[in-house]
Amino acid sequence: MTTTTRRTALKQIGGAFALGMGGLHWDMAKSHAQAAKRGGTLTFAISAETPHYDPHASDTFATLHFASPFYSTLLRFNLPKFPEVEGDLAQSWTVAPDLMTYTFKLHPNVKFADGTVLTSADIKATYDRLRNPPQGVVSTRKATFADIGTIETPDPLTVVFKMKALNASMLEHFASPWNVIYSAKDLAENPAAPRTKINGTGPFLFVEHVKGSHVAGKKNDTYFKNGLPYLDGWKGVFTLQAAAMLNAFQGGQVQAEFRGISPAERDRLVQTMGDKVRIEESSWTLNLLVCFNIEKKPFDDVRVRKALLMAIDRWGGSQGLSRISTLRSVGGVVRPGSPFATPEAELVKLPGFSKDIRKSREDAKKLLAEAGQSNLKFTLWNRNLAMPYTPAGVFLVDQWRQIGIEVEHKQSDTAPYLATMNAGNHDVAIDFSNLFMDDTSLGLAKYLSLSRAPENRSRSNDPELDKLYDDHLRERDVEKRKVMIRAFEKRLFDQAYQQPLLWWHRIIPTHKVVMGWKMSPSHNLGQDLGEVWLNS
Amino acid sequence: MTIAAPSVPETGTRPRGAALEFIRQQPLGAVSLVIIVIMMFAGIFSPLVAPYDPLNIDFASILGAPSWEHWCGTDAYGRDICSRLIYGSRTALVIGFTSSFVGSSMGAVLGIASAYFGGKIDDWIQRFVDVLLAFPLIVLALVVVAAFRRFVVGGVDVNLILAIAIPIIPRVARVVRAAALSVRVMPYVDAARAAGYSHTRIIFRHMAPNVVAPYLIMLTAFIAQAILAEASLSFLGLGVTEPTAAWGLMLSGNAADFYREAPWMILFPGAMISLAVFAFNLFGDSLRDFLDPRFKV
Repeated sequence: MTTTTRRTALKQIGGAFALGMGGLHWDMAKSHAQAAKRGGTLTFAISAETPHYDPHASDTFATLHFASPFYSTLLRFNLPKFPEVEGDLAQSWTVAPDLMTYTFKLHPNVKFADGTVLTSADIKATYDRLRNPPQGVVSTRKATFADIGTIETPDPLTVVFKMKALNASMLEHFASPWNVIYSAKDLAENPAAPRTKINGTGPFLFVEHVKGSHVAGKKNDTYFKNGLPYLDGWKGVFTLQAAAMLNAFQGGQVQAEFRGISPAERDRLVQTMGDKVRIEESSWTLNLLVCFNIEKKPFDDVRVRKALLMAIDRWGGSQGLSRISTLRSVGGVVRPGSPFATPEAELVKLPGFSKDIRKSREDAKKLLAEAGQSNLKFTLWNRNLAMPYTPAGVFLVDQWRQIGIEVEHKQSDTAPYLATMNAGNHDVAIDFSNLFMDDTSLGLAKYLSLSRAPENRSRSNDPELDKLYDDHLRERDVEKRKVMIRAFEKRLFDQAYQQPLLWWHRIIPTHKVVMGWKMSPSHNLGQDLGEVWLNS
Repeated sequence: MTIAAPSVPETGTRPRGAALEFIRQQPLGAVSLVIIVIMMFAGIFSPLVAPYDPLNIDFASILGAPSWEHWCGTDAYGRDICSRLIYGSRTALVIGFTSSFVGSSMGAVLGIASAYFGGKIDDWIQRFVDVLLAFPLIVLALVVVAAFRRFVVGGVDVNLILAIAIPIIPRVARVVRAAALSVRVMPYVDAARAAGYSHTRIIFRHMAPNVVAPYLIMLTAFIAQAILAEASLSFLGLGVTEPTAAWGLMLSGNAADFYREAPWMILFPGAMISLAVFAFNLFGDSLRDFLDPRFKV
């Protein structure tokens, strides 16, 4: 019997990613061979506006595409070799063989935008805020860092993380793009300061945020990586309407859209711009979730939740929606095609994934009748991003109408959309699971009890799920880990708190003059723009 | 000696006669009326008239060209465009009529009150009207729709109706005030004052009936504006939301993505908006010409 190690699994994930990048145009790779040119301002589209500036409290790209260029992280992903990690603020690091101690040596002379020098105290303050946020501060990744026991700072350039429990994926979590490093001084003055103030060590300095219009950054001349950034500055333009973004892209007002466009939008750009546009494609570590607020009646009844999931024809939906939107693959809690994903033969046995949709809907109707909810009416809360939230909403309304349910579809801007869900004011919502890697320590964290995972918008508290998650974190044997993931998935779908609708497919358009940007299966990665340059 | 009976001014003919007279004098207006009636019929009886359920997704028929099966083709979700246009007339008319009625009625009351009270009250109301008139209808509607939260009652978006109705108020108020100023100096208004009637009674019982002609004309004219505003707001993503069948909404979203492959996705809703606006505008003009004695000279 062979035992797959975790490292082998990571290599498999990398291989899967490479396969997923089949559509990639390799002229990007060629660009790295050219000498980078300095100067110029990159203008790109951001299709949503962030509700605040704090990536620790966010799980939307709107915050990350806005803030990443201003900040650094301890480690980061090496995108051409994804999911390998490399140093960002960390010059080097060591990991104890038992994975219980992580020691990082920091780059010297790193300065924050306000001129203060970065030390290990800033790393400690940042990670303390992440794992144990003070009153009034939200840390979306609190559960991920709960395993850190102590953070020691033996000298200004060394930081040591000692774990209280094993987390086999900890190194990748240190490379999370969300864990931007804040100034300890700022946090001491006001722990909530990063929501409204930007003071980072990234390649760019904050210039302005004009609400409803744009965010702008300029080159950080004291950036700690020699010779970077190449650009003089950048401007992120908020283009909430896809049609406006496409027109701006075609007209050259924006040179890139780093989140993703639909297949139809891709075809239009290729048709109209010819060889002036570069298109890169990849599978995407992102899915939309059907999320029930279990604190509201009748969604406190598992029969109602299950019935609603069973009415959805995901397999048929993926065929149609993949033609008109970024939604594509049917999958469970792990990205389809990645090593930990549930095989289709097992997936179809889970509630909501049956290929016999007629029978599934008959069963759903029976469940609703049993629950006394045959004439159920509710509001589906959704984000007003055309792609792919609107098609998903239209699809769900149609699916539920087929079992006699009347649904009002409400769409809202990103800030009220998130605020409503976070406050638990929704009935049923289209939520999202925005991951930056396939590792399940990240992917499953969203489904943990609300007390541990603030981003769990079903507001469920399920100790059984929590235990399964914790057990799988400690397990270093991949096959055993897979079994635990299956058990977690089964429990989650049997309880029907929330469930992936479909996984996304990422298509990125850039003007050919944009060089040095690297494609990845996550739109959260590689957005600090430090190595991006303009060939014009 | 015989005393001749005072001559009674001819106030109008019987309804049937008036209708025939309208058709004779205003043939284009009559055609517009027929279009409006057909739209209203389609809107009221949508479930009977529409060949398909307008919300029914059919991925096998995505972006289907017009055919015997789908007269106006299908959209990106495989939904029948003809059925969505028919149901869309319901959305357009409900929001168009309601917004225009609410805005015109409030504007009429404000205009009559302004003329009746005169003095400082008139000044204040007119300056307020000036401020509102400074904004184009669609801009003011955008402000209102963005400022207030969406509020749906019985499937009707009250916020959207108010957003369209509010910009109509000053426009109607200004016109009605002009008409009411001439009514205010009539002896019967003085007589009503002398008899001690309340302001409310004088405004609603004695003045309002005498400005009903400009009110009706404005009401019909603004239905067209309201339909256009609803379509514009929906197009901008601020009106009704998917999957509701609404003409403006049919022009946005997927239509913008697929208009090259499926031009019928924008052609038919665009034509319906144009036709509806044309019909209501023409009917409003014809009604004005028909009711205004100066045009009969």
